[in-house]
Amino acid sequence: MAVQVEHQPSSAEGQLETETLELHLLLEGIYRQYGFDFREYAPVSLKRRVWRRVQAERAGTIAGLLALVLHDAEVMERLLLDLSINVTSMFRDPTFYAAFREQVVPALRTYPFTRIWVAGCSTGEEVYSLSILLQEEGIYDRTRIYATDINETVLGRAREGVFPLEKMQEYTENYIRAGGKRSFSEYYLAKYEGALFDRALTDNVVWAPHNLVQDRSFNTFNVILCRNVLIYFDRALQTRVHQLFYDSLERLGILALGHKESIRFTGLESAYQELNMQEKLYRKVQ
Amino acid sequence: MTDTGAYRLVAIGASWGGLDVLRDILRDLPAELDAAVVIAQHRSPDSHPTAFRDLLGAVTHLKVREASDKDAVRPGTVYIAAPDYHLLIDSGSVSLSTDEPVLYARPSIDVLFETAAESYRDRCIGVVLTGANDDGSRGLARVVELGGRAIVQDPETAQRDEMPRAALRAAPTARVIPVAEIAPLLVELCGLARVAV
Repeated sequence: MAVQVEHQPSSAEGQLETETLELHLLLEGIYRQYGFDFREYAPVSLKRRVWRRVQAERAGTIAGLLALVLHDAEVMERLLLDLSINVTSMFRDPTFYAAFREQVVPALRTYPFTRIWVAGCSTGEEVYSLSILLQEEGIYDRTRIYATDINETVLGRAREGVFPLEKMQEYTENYIRAGGKRSFSEYYLAKYEGALFDRALTDNVVWAPHNLVQDRSFNTFNVILCRNVLIYFDRALQTRVHQLFYDSLERLGILALGHKESIRFTGLESAYQELNMQEKLYRKVQ
Repeated sequence: MTDTGAYRLVAIGASWGGLDVLRDILRDLPAELDAAVVIAQHRSPDSHPTAFRDLLGAVTHLKVREASDKDAVRPGTVYIAAPDYHLLIDSGSVSLSTDEPVLYARPSIDVLFETAAESYRDRCIGVVLTGANDDGSRGLARVVELGGRAIVQDPETAQRDEMPRAALRAAPTARVIPVAEIAPLLVELCGLARVAV
């Protein structure tokens, strides 16, 4: 029997429809083959990252990338890096760290011991920033930072503490504006391969794989820092992760989000008090 | 081609010299504009947190806000991309990212235009204003490719003409007009929402 193919994916719009289908199939394929669940990531930013990998692998189309991913775990490994590395910098948003010093540190001083979770720590820039800040405030020795990320390769890089030398000028400026008390260059050694950060900054850091999408809480914390990570999730997933954070925070614990994120629409608005609206610091009150 | 009055999203990209031009355009847009306006203006992450928004808000009847992640895109509202974030459009809401700058820019006008075009297709308008680089040209071509309209500030009238000229090379069918004519054209293309009295 003859069948007719009616859909003509030749127009730009038709191609867009096909691409949406391909992306859906890719995410489903990754989930079923490797168990990583990206199906509730914000589709527009995810698609841009996927296309970067399509081009790097010369796969032509997203469907082409799916074929490679299913048959070659190394391609999956590279795609996982693309999808899970969140670009950040040391003392990104210096005003946030200044506010943390002024408004959060005094409360932490009253605790005998503090547990901080940096959720989605990526390559570790925020972890080192936080360690420096806590050291300068004299409370690092009674703090443990749990730095987690979905990607173990990224965690390994974070643990090494080597960052590009060409970033040091920017980071130094950020550090000063964040209220840094020493000279930033005291914290690293300029080596051939990059700026190697002081190992003491990781003494109280526990690096651990954790998947915000699929894993449960593993402790309770006085502070949870998750800045510019949830923007890559769709709203339903954001709401679930916010519930996870809420369940993982001690009473009066602090939740720190990115400048353009908030707890609106999570159903948890009344559970938190705004400690600093501009810097997105929230305190759990119930 | 889409009917006049049926466009629902106006994406504007501006760089060097953009503030004055944006103020001129927003000043002439009515509160009832039946479309949302999203703006990517290149600016420093160290700039004052509310100054840019306030300078635009002071001259227009439209609501002006710096876009937060997952904000719903509503007519009669202007959404500004926050410095150091890309602003993406995703079926009726905005999505932010801190991915690497594109052509040294974050926010990237191309990223805004491409995602706006893919989400609103033939109901999307892309507007390229003054600037000293070529950001926005690829995005504007994508707007046209998906059936939307392209408007470019007349390079002869722009403080810096590199960006409008690059946009015209990439989207030769764009309407080229001086700034004073942009708002009236947007009103014609988007129409006015019927307001309950």
